[in-house]
This record gives sequence, C-alpha cells and structure tokens, in this order.
Amino acid sequence: MSAVRLENITKTYNKGTVSAVSDVSFEVAQGELFGLIGPDGAGKTSIFRMLTTLLLPDGGKASVDGYDVVKDYKTIRSRVGYMPGRFSLYQDLTVEENLAFFATVFGTTIEANYELVKDIYRQIEPFKTRRAGKLSGGMKQKLALCCALIHKPGVLFLDEPTTGVDSVSRKEFWEMLRRLKEQNITILVSTPYMDEATLCDRIALIQSGKILSIDTPAGTVKSFRGNLFTVRSAEIYRLLNDLRDYENTGTCFAFGEHLHLTFAEERAGQEEDLQQYLRQKNHTDIELGRVEPGIEDCFIQFMKQ
Amino acid sequence: MSEPVIKTEKLTKRFGDFIAADALSFDVMPGEIFGFLGANGAGKTTAMRMLCGLSKPTSGEATVAGYDVYRETDLIKKNIGYMSQKFSLYEDLTVVENIRFYAGIYGLTDKAIREKSEALLDQLGMTHEAKKLVSELPLGWKQKLSFSVAVIHQPKVVFLDEPTGGVDPVTRRQFWDLIYDASDKGMTVFVTTHYMDEAEYCNRVSIMVDGRIDALDSPQNLKKQFSVHSMDEVFYQLARGAKRTAD
Repeated sequence: MSAVRLENITKTYNKGTVSAVSDVSFEVAQGELFGLIGPDGAGKTSIFRMLTTLLLPDGGKASVDGYDVVKDYKTIRSRVGYMPGRFSLYQDLTVEENLAFFATVFGTTIEANYELVKDIYRQIEPFKTRRAGKLSGGMKQKLALCCALIHKPGVLFLDEPTTGVDSVSRKEFWEMLRRLKEQNITILVSTPYMDEATLCDRIALIQSGKILSIDTPAGTVKSFRGNLFTVRSAEIYRLLNDLRDYENTGTCFAFGEHLHLTFAEERAGQEEDLQQYLRQKNHTDIELGRVEPGIEDCFIQFMKQ
Repeated sequence: MSEPVIKTEKLTKRFGDFIAADALSFDVMPGEIFGFLGANGAGKTTAMRMLCGLSKPTSGEATVAGYDVYRETDLIKKNIGYMSQKFSLYEDLTVVENIRFYAGIYGLTDKAIREKSEALLDQLGMTHEAKKLVSELPLGWKQKLSFSVAVIHQPKVVFLDEPTGGVDPVTRRQFWDLIYDASDKGMTVFVTTHYMDEAEYCNRVSIMVDGRIDALDSPQNLKKQFSVHSMDEVFYQLARGAKRTAD
C-alpha cells in the first residue's frame, strides 16, 4: 500500500477563478523520501494542506496511510506530522514546553518517543529553557522538526523547510532527513531549490499547479532530450547575447560560470560551426564541451514543452 | 581610474555588546556587479541598512554614490535604487499606476513621469498591459517591472536583496539578464542571494562570517584560493566555521 496517494486532485480558489492544483496524481511508497520541487505558486502548499486534511480538494481522491483525506480526516490528523512553511511553534513557550505541548496533544510523552527525535533534539537541548521566539532560524527549524516527529508519525510532511535558509543549514537539514529515512518514516518534502532534488529517492517537478515529471533524480536527468553543451569565453555576457542570436541555438541559459546550450537541430560539425561563429564575433578563450544535465536543466526543458 | 560608488573603511555597527558588522572595508566600482553573501545572521542586512542610509554606523567611514552615511542619508536615499523580493510592487495598483507612484516618490516632474512611463512601457513591451492590475501579471513580468521602477530615477547604484528567492529557473535567469544589462550601462549592482550559482555571475563577491568580511575577490580567484570547483564549496568552507547564528 502506498503511504500517500493522489488521484486527479484539483484545487481552485476564488470561486474557481484561480487554479492552484490541476489534475495532480502521484504515489509515495512506504519509507520513501519524496520531493515536490517547484517555484513559488506551483501549488506545493495547497497539495500539502489537502493531504494533511486542512483543505478540501475540489475534485479527485487522495489518501494517506490508506485513509481518505475527506472521510477519515480525524484518523489522518493523528497519524501524520506536518511542518508548515511558516514557523508554527508557540513563540512564548520554551523549547521544552513546545515539545511537551505537541506530545500531549497527540496523547503521548517526550520520553515515549525520545529515541526518534534524540539526534535532533540533542542539538537544541542546551537551550531548552529558552523561549522559541528567541531562537535562531536554524534552531527553530530543528525544534519544529522535533515537534512534528514527537508522536511518531507514519508520514512526515515538510513544506519548504529550507526556504530562506543559508546553504550550510540546508545541508545540515538534509542530513537529518537522511537519518530519519533510515527509521522507515515516509517523508514528503517540498523545496524551490533544485539542487536539493538529488537528495530525494524520487521527485515530482511541479509548475503552475501541474506535474511536469515524476521520476528518480537520475531518471529525470536521463529523460533530458538532446545533448547539452557548456560554453564559456572571456566575456560571458556578450557570449550569452551572441549565442542567443546564433542560428542553430535551441536554448541558452547561464549556469554558474558557464552557459548551457542546446542546438536547435543536432547535426554533424555543429560544434566546429559554433566555434567558427564565436571566433568571427571576436570571442577569446572559448571553451565548448558536453555536459551532463542537472535537475534545473530538466526543469527548464519541461517548462518550455 | 574612476571613483568607487561604494567605499567603506572599518564600517562597524554594534548593538550593545553585539558587533553585528565588524570593521567592514571594501570598495565597489562603477558598473560592477558585486555579490554580498553570508550565512543567516552573518550581518548582511545590518551592513546593507547602513549603506542605504537607514541605520547609523557605530564607527568607521562609508560613502555611497558620493554621499556620507552619517550626514547625508537623505541624499543617499534619493541616489540609490532598492528592490527586495518581499516587497516591491503594489498588487492592487495597475502597471502604469505603479510606475507613476515610484517616479513620483523619487521626485520626477509630472512631465518627466509622463515621458518615462511611456518609454518604460514601450521598453518592457507592456503597453497593452498598462492598465492591468499588477496582481494579474505573470511573475517574470512583475520582476522586470519591479526592477525597472527601482531604477526609474537612474541611480548610480541599485541594492537588490534576494531578488530571485523562490522563483522558477527561467525567470531567475531572465532577471539576471536585467542585471547584466544595467551593469553594461554603467550602473553598479549590489546583490544578495542564497543561490550559489548566482554568485558566479558577479564580478566580485564578498562573504561575511560572524560580522566580518572573510573573503572578497572574483569568483574565479576565490575558487582558486580555496582549491574548489564551485562557489558553493567556497561558501561552505567559510560559513561552516561560523560561531553565531541568528535571524
């Protein structure tokens, strides 16, 4: 049985005028770390809120741990952990009080499930008498994760846990998720950061309420159509403009210190032709080579289809 | 050699015992794209607020667009542009109302506002959308518009505070086209970001750790200095050693 299952889920707002989620279907297997990857406004939060029974779908069916999100909402609420995008703790309770509160609400105690949160809670335990409102961003995030875990949920929903967090804290957070996964908890996590996709078992790329692709990170990369090239020269901005004017350019985007390029039409001698064109345009230190696409390259390609 | 647009010398801000920004010294040249990086709580916002004339330094010196950060804060505010992802446009005003509003705030004359509005709409290819509410525009257009109104008074320098957070990968890159274009025309761009690939697009990058600037150079030189292949690794090596965390 799938831990999470969505069939043709649809959600609109403002009396049907704004479409937030359209016809979304996917399944998350027991113990899987599944990533919902997409920019703001893609529909990620709406999906999370429907799965955690806080929002009713307009159409379609969804279940969590085999329970229907509409009929069995009470059962689901006691079985899932949910960490919303915005900080959801009680600012004027201490670290320890927050954790005890969440444990009590779910009819358990900190002691009963301490083993599960131990690794994470230890890092904030020295501050257990501090009010949650006075914690740093990284510590709040850890406490929120502990509170979402303290009743030993079967499925954990994490809505953009790393948004606005610097790259060091992001790496730490994903390390925590990896360790939780070893305890066989199903995790559905959303993020706008494409580089985090590779840390998931499977990912769904989502844009404007529609799923663009569902696959493993490696499978997503493999589905990239055509060959991808990396180009650079001494003047990168002029290079970008010249490449966009080139007759055989399919797409050309900046990727860090390089440009990523696809040809409009794959043909023999395409690389030599391009080199020639760039030399004509007086570019120097030209480097051109094949490169493996990343998740972001794939996302861009799916968006353009 | 032209004069720096931003010049700081041991610029410091203390809150009681806490040194939020610790003796920052750097110059930013005309037309430069300067990436201002740092972990959460490293002191970026404090430094940026001083440079925008919103917060008085405790000690040290700084000029922005030629004006002093202690005595000429009003002149600084008139001569810089500022844009953040969180707040930029009024969603319930139309496109042209937003343009007029910002132009008015920056003290353009009625005649200049009329001319500028038309020129800008034309340049953005948004003449047909002029009377649409901003809330109805696609994200990419909103961003273009909000950048354009932030520089409607043609400032020497524009401050961009995480302008691309949460934005799709195509829109994010279109936004950088605007940055390159502005820099090409001589405008200085001072930008913060959490996307390390964007750090590579900057001419030079500074990285703040615990209130100090611990590294400042071109992305290429920084990668060489730390013997790594990406700015992400440079950042990670530096920020990992941070002692403090804060919001």
